[in-house]
Amino acid sequence: MNPSSAESAKRGISFIVNGEAKKVLAHPMERLLDVLRNNLGLTGAKEGCGEGECGSCAVLLDDMLVNSCLIPIAQANGASVVTIEGMSAHSLMKPLQESFLECGGAQCGICTPGMILAAAHLLDKKLDPTLADIREGLAGNLCRCTGYMQIFEAVAKAARRRVTQ
Amino acid sequence: MTVRHIIGASVPRKEGWDKVTGAARYVDDMALPGMLHGATVRSTIARGKIKQIHFGPGVDWNEYVVVSAKDIPGKNCIALILDDQPCLASEFVNHPEEPILLLAHPDRPKLRKAVEAVSIEYDSLPALHTIEESERQSTIIWGRDNTFKNFLVEKGDVDAIWKKAAHIVEGEYFTGAQEQLYIENNGVIAAFDPKNGVTVWGSLQCPYYVHKALITLFALPEEKVRVVQMETGGAFGGKEEYPSMIAGHAALLAMKSGRPVKIVYDRMEDMAATTKRHPSRTRHRTAVSKDGRILGGEIEFTIDGGAYATLSSVVLSRGTIHAGGAYYWPNVRIRTKAVATNAPPHGAFRGFGAPQSLFAMERHMDRIAQVVGISPVEVRRRNFLKSGQTTTTEQTIKENIDLDRLLKRALELSDYAAKKKRFAEKNKAGTNRKGIGIAAFLHGAGFTGSGERYLNSLVGAEAGADGIVRVLVSSAEFGQGTNTVLCQIAAEALGLPYENVSIAQPDTSVVPNSGPTVASRTAMIVGKLVQSAARGIKETLTKTGLLHEDYSPEQFRAACKEYIATHGALKSYARYEAPPDVFWDDEKYRGEAYAAFAWAVYVAEVTVDLTTYSVTVDDFVALQEVGRVLHPVLAEGQITGGVAQAIGFALYENVVWQDGRMMNNQMTNYIMPASMDLPPIRVFFEENGNVHGAHGAKGIGELPMDGPAPAILNAVEDATGVRFCSIPLLPEDLFEALRPEFNEQAVPSSVRGIA
Amino acid sequence: MRADPADYRLVSPGNLLGALSLLASEPAQWLPIAGGTDVMVLYSAGKLTNRNLIDIWNIPELRQIEVFPDRISIGAACTYTVLRQHEIVSREFSLLATAASWTGGIANQNRGTLGGNIANASPAADSLPALLVYDAVLTLISVRGERRVPYRTFHTGYKQTILAADELILNISLPRRFSKYFSHARKVGARNAQAISKVCLAALGQVANGAIRDVRLALGSVAPVPLRLNETEKMLTGKEIEPSLIDAARKSVLKEIRPIDDIRSTARYRSAVACNLVTEFLAKLAAEGAAA
Ligand SMILES: Cc1cc2nc3c(=O)[nH]c(=O)nc-3n(C[C@H](O)[C@H](O)[C@H](O)COP(=O)(O)OP(=O)(O)OC[C@H]3O[C@@H](n4cnc5c(N)ncnc54)[C@H](O)[C@@H]3O)c2cc1C
Ligand code: FES
Ligand code: FES
Repeated sequence: MNPSSAESAKRGISFIVNGEAKKVLAHPMERLLDVLRNNLGLTGAKEGCGEGECGSCAVLLDDMLVNSCLIPIAQANGASVVTIEGMSAHSLMKPLQESFLECGGAQCGICTPGMILAAAHLLDKKLDPTLADIREGLAGNLCRCTGYMQIFEAVAKAARRRVTQ
Repeated sequence: MTVRHIIGASVPRKEGWDKVTGAARYVDDMALPGMLHGATVRSTIARGKIKQIHFGPGVDWNEYVVVSAKDIPGKNCIALILDDQPCLASEFVNHPEEPILLLAHPDRPKLRKAVEAVSIEYDSLPALHTIEESERQSTIIWGRDNTFKNFLVEKGDVDAIWKKAAHIVEGEYFTGAQEQLYIENNGVIAAFDPKNGVTVWGSLQCPYYVHKALITLFALPEEKVRVVQMETGGAFGGKEEYPSMIAGHAALLAMKSGRPVKIVYDRMEDMAATTKRHPSRTRHRTAVSKDGRILGGEIEFTIDGGAYATLSSVVLSRGTIHAGGAYYWPNVRIRTKAVATNAPPHGAFRGFGAPQSLFAMERHMDRIAQVVGISPVEVRRRNFLKSGQTTTTEQTIKENIDLDRLLKRALELSDYAAKKKRFAEKNKAGTNRKGIGIAAFLHGAGFTGSGERYLNSLVGAEAGADGIVRVLVSSAEFGQGTNTVLCQIAAEALGLPYENVSIAQPDTSVVPNSGPTVASRTAMIVGKLVQSAARGIKETLTKTGLLHEDYSPEQFRAACKEYIATHGALKSYARYEAPPDVFWDDEKYRGEAYAAFAWAVYVAEVTVDLTTYSVTVDDFVALQEVGRVLHPVLAEGQITGGVAQAIGFALYENVVWQDGRMMNNQMTNYIMPASMDLPPIRVFFEENGNVHGAHGAKGIGELPMDGPAPAILNAVEDATGVRFCSIPLLPEDLFEALRPEFNEQAVPSSVRGIA
Repeated sequence: MRADPADYRLVSPGNLLGALSLLASEPAQWLPIAGGTDVMVLYSAGKLTNRNLIDIWNIPELRQIEVFPDRISIGAACTYTVLRQHEIVSREFSLLATAASWTGGIANQNRGTLGGNIANASPAADSLPALLVYDAVLTLISVRGERRVPYRTFHTGYKQTILAADELILNISLPRRFSKYFSHARKVGARNAQAISKVCLAALGQVANGAIRDVRLALGSVAPVPLRLNETEKMLTGKEIEPSLIDAARKSVLKEIRPIDDIRSTARYRSAVACNLVTEFLAKLAAEGAAA
């Protein structure tokens, strides 16, 4: 291996995206976010900051909420990635989407995919989250439109819906 | 009839499902075949003459398309009001980050090195960076006197009142720049072909502003410029004028390369180069009677416009008209100006000058209360505008507004009196201080003065053979709920279910110019026109005998089908007509400034932590009278969102400037409130109605930006006894004010960033 | 503007030996990347000067937590989420668990690692004061072998450490002798979560018979390195907590810290808040002592 050569080679990356096996050819340091959006056409994850602050690029990587702008694609090799597009099968999705619609949790909608993934990640771990849990669970997801109140309400409502379902 | 009460019901947001499933398409989600990516080479200095441009080694320049001012076919400006801002600087630069060259390449990551490889030599010129420096005129950077615009409002005889005053109360107040920080950065895609001209898809608020700017830049006829608004990820004014710039850039690259070009800024570029809220300074000198009544006064309001005129005159206008707040001024002189500095132009941001001048007014009211020796509640009560009285521009308040009652209810909702007492007791000990503060204010809906008359908005509605009516407006959805509310209004007017109405994507080749999506005008002004246009459809069908009163959606569909089969399309248009009783004098700045005002009283409860000198807002009550609430969930969302931004404005959001450049242009260093920082924001409405708006609606979008900052600073003063007059109020400022004697001895002089 | 991925390479050896051999093969050419929450931020901003990266995220030896009777050993690539969830960490090393809960949002905690926080060596890093007061010992490893170093000797200057170019942090070991201490942690940032510290404190103390038996104080963001307040601790030990002692402690804190003005705060503010945080801790410790 010769690190001083100017250009790195692209390499094959195999991973599962939204339940389907995918293979892409990419430079290993390409960001997962760009590969999802540009190579796979999955544009649900958005770039708000490119530095891990806003959470609008959030996806699940091996069931963990991560910011895909901070993941080099080589680190996703062999992993399973779920984006907002792939969440429709998730049992929490319907309650979350409906509650977001009813409560006004999505205004401009740019933060919404990340917000919903963060909420799903939280509800996966906590059956009956308190307001403090919800606030903490969404602390890495910035929303400039809503002032968060209606998002908190939507997440709490989705949690109640699940419990009663 | 199947449908009633669409107005006032929280129907699902039209584009909501696409948003919660990730299917909504924003500009960066779109790609065109053969598309290039564009980037901008920007000035590194605040002011100077461009001497030479070098294209450095290490880059194969043949791979890049390069555009400079020379490539502009029309006029090198961003056409808006004064046309003084170049699209690309050619000879002089007037602020840091001013665009000079454009580059495009098929591979986006290849742009960085190329931008860095361009080096520009300048002869630098002296630059101005504050209002005070600009006023001193040590150098002239714009026009004859560094001033973009002045206004003078005069009512009564101010000079005569000083000797009648029991108290003369003075104060000086400052507000800082604020970044809109929409989560989607500015971006566009442009395509060009010689036959059809320019097409632009973008994240924007005002398709016809971009349209006008491109016509001028390319010297093309109207029909050869097409602007399409994509789903827009937040705007708040930040996508009012700037999209014309970035659209022009992408279109120039597209013309030169013959290929579509996408320019999407990254966060650092967006924050450094695009507009922010105007920093301001307000001076009050008020004559007050012994019992705390305002006899008259002088208000001086000055905003920093940055390097070019852009929208500063309009922002100044709104700030001017709101400077006297929700109070009755028998005599007043308001002098205002927008001055030039060598920063990127400041621009539209929710509230548009009003949050700045109202911050001063509402802090000053607490000051007056202290000087007179009455409570902040009482001083407001004694000076509130009442129906039949006139505003500072001598507009008679015709609506039936009772601010006393609004105030009383807000105090009850916030448990003001009991808390005030409790806090005073508690504050005697411990390391926390609690306080409670209020702000009462108003916000004019729609364009100022004669603005709506000039806009002359046009709105359309079109029925299809399927019985679905499509609303045709250029008013953009960027989160506020335009799509939903306008469809509700049309559905109600047509007596159709909400689902039977849709709205066209704003595309200048399809929709008429219903004016810009700004100034809280959409529900009220555009809504009213949508109502007329929708009624027009119904009338056409009833007049031709195809439809009778009390029809079902099926009957409506059948009627549309038949009409279209015989007459072709079924469309109806409505144009703005100024209400006859609205009078405005642009020269004297006098008259009916707005067709309607929304009114509000906000109450903020805070804790000041004496260990960290930080302020936490613990509870927030937002009570407003906004006419009819068309959609409760959306309306509440506008208020909570606005209050959150205003809490940011008051306590968190600090633009760190150095020589006209923003130094903290990253989300990690420019701090907006996140989920853990906000209090419960409790929203309440009073619905008084408004004769001018659709179903009695007034504007709602900007109002919540005005009140929180002064309410919070009033609460901080209540907690600490210290009078703060400048925002953002950061913990460092509180510390310096509360502990001026603090002596830290050994602080090394070397300054280095901690990362 | 974004960096060009073609300029960078990233290899994933997948095992410790592979990673160490690569590090050793070309001295100072390779930069490890674990969770990437520091490295990728630099990269995205186009500021990452190292062009060759080794992925150490998926190396099993770096991901384990081992509990021994007298200590706990935390693999360097354990994430904040793992730390927060670990029973012994949250019970006996609450300062560390609390710091983990401060570190960005959940997504960041799912990726950011303790070893990354240490090696990144930011004076503002949140978990480092906790490691200082817990007397952490680091195991550094290279093809040359392992060495164990007290964490307090690790940072030698602003962003400078004793880590050799061919070394990795293997694990962090904490002695299990602080569970009876009163502990107090506080972070002061520009907002309540997702913020870089302006000042942060980790503190441990024990009071016996009205006097301080042992006290351990460390601060972040007040010096070029995370700072243990050795002199202040010495001065406090054996004394009864009373106003005059607190005054003396504040003076001593000011002598030990070296804060600066930067884009996030001022030296004066940091100094005052550092004193206040220590005061707050001592007041709580006194109350604790009185209650006990
Ligand atoms: C949004 C956001 C918020 C953040 N908030 C905080 C915060 O509140 N408090 C805080 O302290 N930090 C914060 N950080 C910084 C960061 O998350 C932490 O420093 C984290 O611990 C770094 O771990 P990592 O594995 O991601 O490091 P990486 O980025 O992978 O690596 C960081 C550095 O450590 C080196 N390194 C990593 N592992 C090893 C090892 N085992 N041996 C030798 N060298 C190694 C790398 O070579 C690199 O130089 C934040 C970051 C982001 C993006
Ligand atoms: S874009 Fe990834 S966190 Fe903001
Ligand atoms: S809905 Fe617009 S940023 Fe959250």
